[in-house]
Amino acid sequence: MKHVYGWLLLTPAAILLIGFTHYPTLRTIGESFFSRGSSLRPSRFIGLDNYRAMFDDPIFWKVLTNNLWFALGTIPTSIILALTMALLVNRALPGRALVRMAFFTPTILPMIAVANIWLFFYTPDIGLIDQILSLVGISGHNWLGDPATVLGAIIVMTIWKEAGFFMIFYLAALQHLPPELREASRLEGAGRWHHFRRVTFPLLMPTTLFVLINAVINSFKLVDHLFILTKGGPNNASNLLLYYIFETAFSYFDTNFAATLTVALLFLLALMALAQFYLLDKRVHYR
Amino acid sequence: MKRDPISWLGNALETGAAWLLAIVWIAPLLYALWAAFHPGEYAVRFDLFAPLTLENFAHALERAPFPRYAFNTFILVTSLLSAQLVLCTLAAYAFARFEFKGSSIAFGLVLVQLMITPEILIVENYAILADLGLVDTIAGIGLPYMASAFGIFLLRQAFKSTPRELEEAARLEGCGVLGVLWRVYVPLARPTYLAYGLVSISHHWNNFLWPLVVTNSVATRPLTVGLGVFGAPESGVNWSVISAATLLSVAPLLIAFLLFQRQFVQSFMRAGIK
Amino acid sequence: MKPLKKLLGALSIAAMCWSANPAAAATELTMYYPVAVGGPLTAIVDSMVADFMTENPDITVNAIYAGNYNDARIKALAALNSGQPAQTSVMFSIDLYELIEQDAIVAFDDIVTTDEERAWLDSFYPALMENGTTGGKTWGIPFQRSTIVMYYNKDAFRAAGLDPEAPPQTWDELVEMGKKLTKEDGSQWGAMIPSTGYPYWMFGALTMQNGQVLMNDSGDTTFFDDPAVVEALQFWYDLGNTHQIMPAGTIEWGTLRQNFLEGKTAIMWHSTGNLTAVKDNATFDFGVAMLPASERRGTPTGGGNFYIFKQTTPEERTAAMKLIKFMTSPERSAEWSMKTGYVGISPAAYQNEALVNYVEEFPYAAVARDQLEFATAELSTYQTGRVRKALDDAIQAALTGAATPEQALGEAQAVAERLLKPYR
Repeated sequence: MKHVYGWLLLTPAAILLIGFTHYPTLRTIGESFFSRGSSLRPSRFIGLDNYRAMFDDPIFWKVLTNNLWFALGTIPTSIILALTMALLVNRALPGRALVRMAFFTPTILPMIAVANIWLFFYTPDIGLIDQILSLVGISGHNWLGDPATVLGAIIVMTIWKEAGFFMIFYLAALQHLPPELREASRLEGAGRWHHFRRVTFPLLMPTTLFVLINAVINSFKLVDHLFILTKGGPNNASNLLLYYIFETAFSYFDTNFAATLTVALLFLLALMALAQFYLLDKRVHYR
Repeated sequence: MKRDPISWLGNALETGAAWLLAIVWIAPLLYALWAAFHPGEYAVRFDLFAPLTLENFAHALERAPFPRYAFNTFILVTSLLSAQLVLCTLAAYAFARFEFKGSSIAFGLVLVQLMITPEILIVENYAILADLGLVDTIAGIGLPYMASAFGIFLLRQAFKSTPRELEEAARLEGCGVLGVLWRVYVPLARPTYLAYGLVSISHHWNNFLWPLVVTNSVATRPLTVGLGVFGAPESGVNWSVISAATLLSVAPLLIAFLLFQRQFVQSFMRAGIK
Repeated sequence: MKPLKKLLGALSIAAMCWSANPAAAATELTMYYPVAVGGPLTAIVDSMVADFMTENPDITVNAIYAGNYNDARIKALAALNSGQPAQTSVMFSIDLYELIEQDAIVAFDDIVTTDEERAWLDSFYPALMENGTTGGKTWGIPFQRSTIVMYYNKDAFRAAGLDPEAPPQTWDELVEMGKKLTKEDGSQWGAMIPSTGYPYWMFGALTMQNGQVLMNDSGDTTFFDDPAVVEALQFWYDLGNTHQIMPAGTIEWGTLRQNFLEGKTAIMWHSTGNLTAVKDNATFDFGVAMLPASERRGTPTGGGNFYIFKQTTPEERTAAMKLIKFMTSPERSAEWSMKTGYVGISPAAYQNEALVNYVEEFPYAAVARDQLEFATAELSTYQTGRVRKALDDAIQAALTGAATPEQALGEAQAVAERLLKPYR
């Protein structure tokens, strides 16, 4: 009986999950073996040609490396910042509610809207950053127009966006910790840093794992700001894999090559999932 | 307790750091407020005595149907959340209390969606939606997100921590399978529902890429896509009006957050999301 | 997977009530249109459409503002596939080959029936028709069309000791005056040419001025590695690096107007579509001039054309033709040009009394028209998105110093060759 009930209860969700996750995944793989189709030139089976084209495509390698730098740039910093913020507002602090709210606001502001505001910050000469720099006598920099700084500029904005969201999870976890632990450490004469390193941080490990998974996924799916800030430029210096997939599918109408790129993205995500599973799962008590 | 100077200094430093970070973090919102309430020529110039104006809001409302966009967003997040709650509750209940054949494999397959979110598969999901004739519908924006692996996962945890005895008591009183769910499990998981609901609302209120692809017209476009279309730099950036539009579109969420900040954090705590 | 689809379909039927379901009318047209440059253009389009519906009560037009040119094309084509097609749209003039390849549009030659309509096809400025014709047929009717013009700050010219009525006529003069206009402390640049958004478009002006167009008129061959093209990119790079009258790196299309209005640059090259916005917001005396010449003067045309989709009934085509004729009539075109700064699309528009008076009072409104004499088509080929991206990337690579103009353009040409070979 429980088998029947179990499956019956699961069915509605399962249909949608299969329909929009598993089935399209298989379809993506299938489509990647066909050529770009248009009304006058129908799509045909071309085996691995799309994959060959992808490996020969300098833009693919560029967006892939960008994405890895983007992940490396955003994930550790936003997690450390989130934890710092949570620790800062988890104690007595004048204006704590305000500070907490300030940290959290980026979470409720749509990326697409704040991108325009950040565009103002980064705009050369008349932008906020350059205005502030000019006060101390540093002349303007073309933040988004220089391939050396554009990815960094995007990373900073993303950290700003994510840290506050992750902070909430840390804050919730911190308030869940029994206060006796701190008392015990104090009695043993342990300093705050020692207490944090030996007691708090290990206890926060499940939160860190949860936040880490979120951060990893976000580093591959967060591309909204590119639509406003750079469109991936200059010369693909800030282009990311998902944005390239979007462009390929919806600007070049090459859904098949886009499917091939998606397979690469899926492969990367699978690798990340496996890495997290094997490397981190052992160190975390997780149900 | 006597305070020694070193810990006092440390405290002051931490307070300073917290405030500094807070100022940096809220700067974009402060700028949006500045630009939105001052005339266009002050958008890039800061002058304490700049005159205040509401004109930017009038312009924004005149140039794009933001009330309609807000309505679309509202319909989207509420209907999506209702669907999510129903679907995820049923599935989570199945995983938490029915050790049915294949349940662990099925649970693994559900968790796949944590990694492969619908926007990753944007190309094929769009094709599927087109096959279903749901392009340019609000239902189409929501459909791929309705069975949420995150929701199933959270609720399963909440249901699992519910004591079995309560279920047995309810059974003795004659509750069926769904009755137990409704009488016992759902009420006890309220904090989880609240936390999940808030995450879901803020996520879908702000979601952009997928709605951008799916919607074509004013009748379905949510606020984010409306803002993206409105603020596209192609038309020459006018920060004052864009800021006004931004404030208009985040106001409901921002106000709700300010009002419910405490409950928000507490529901996270009680839900044991960690 | 058929049953799955059915199930999903069934599940979603309940949700269908949220779908956009326009009310029925005698003939109903859905039209997408993009807006790529400043000003409250949507309101203007809406009011023109409203006027049209008053004049033609049997036709309902549902005009949808779809975002930028790219969005408009995506939306219109997506709508074709999803069974809620548009009948006509204003789309990027360079989408021509893509639309032909998708078999999405009909040629106007196949729809016009009367001699009067055939004459109407010939009533527009020839330069504006270049992007809409190929293979001897007309596929696009010009609507919101532009050229690139040079905006300059006369106050800055005066301050630098230059004649405000004599803007640069040649590349050499541009450099020379630019040096005088550039301030040491970085508070004012001599000139800015935007290199994000539509870099290939600005580049089309430079190459034509240098005596070379970017592609042939059947859309299957590009000339990116031609020496004159390489030289043009070198010149652009030199403006920012050797001559230092322009910031190095890329310059943002969207914020450039703001930079100009803030006095951060004395000269900007931008679409004529910005004219009204600049006129309304400039706090200084500004001028508008044709772009300077190297071998010759030159600019690509730009902007959007009307297309009619193939998936239409004869009644819808007739109605769409009516709408297009209305929107492109001399009076409407004159009104549109005055309100936006876009070019009036036919000589008749410039004989319209309102526009004649306007030009008399504000002579800069005619600069774009006068420049049409030197104008050419903007970059448009088969696989135009990718070909354009290859050129955009090359331009940005060169401007940011990641590659020499010769290397960058050589690579872009190789990409374009590979993409276009199958179409020859």
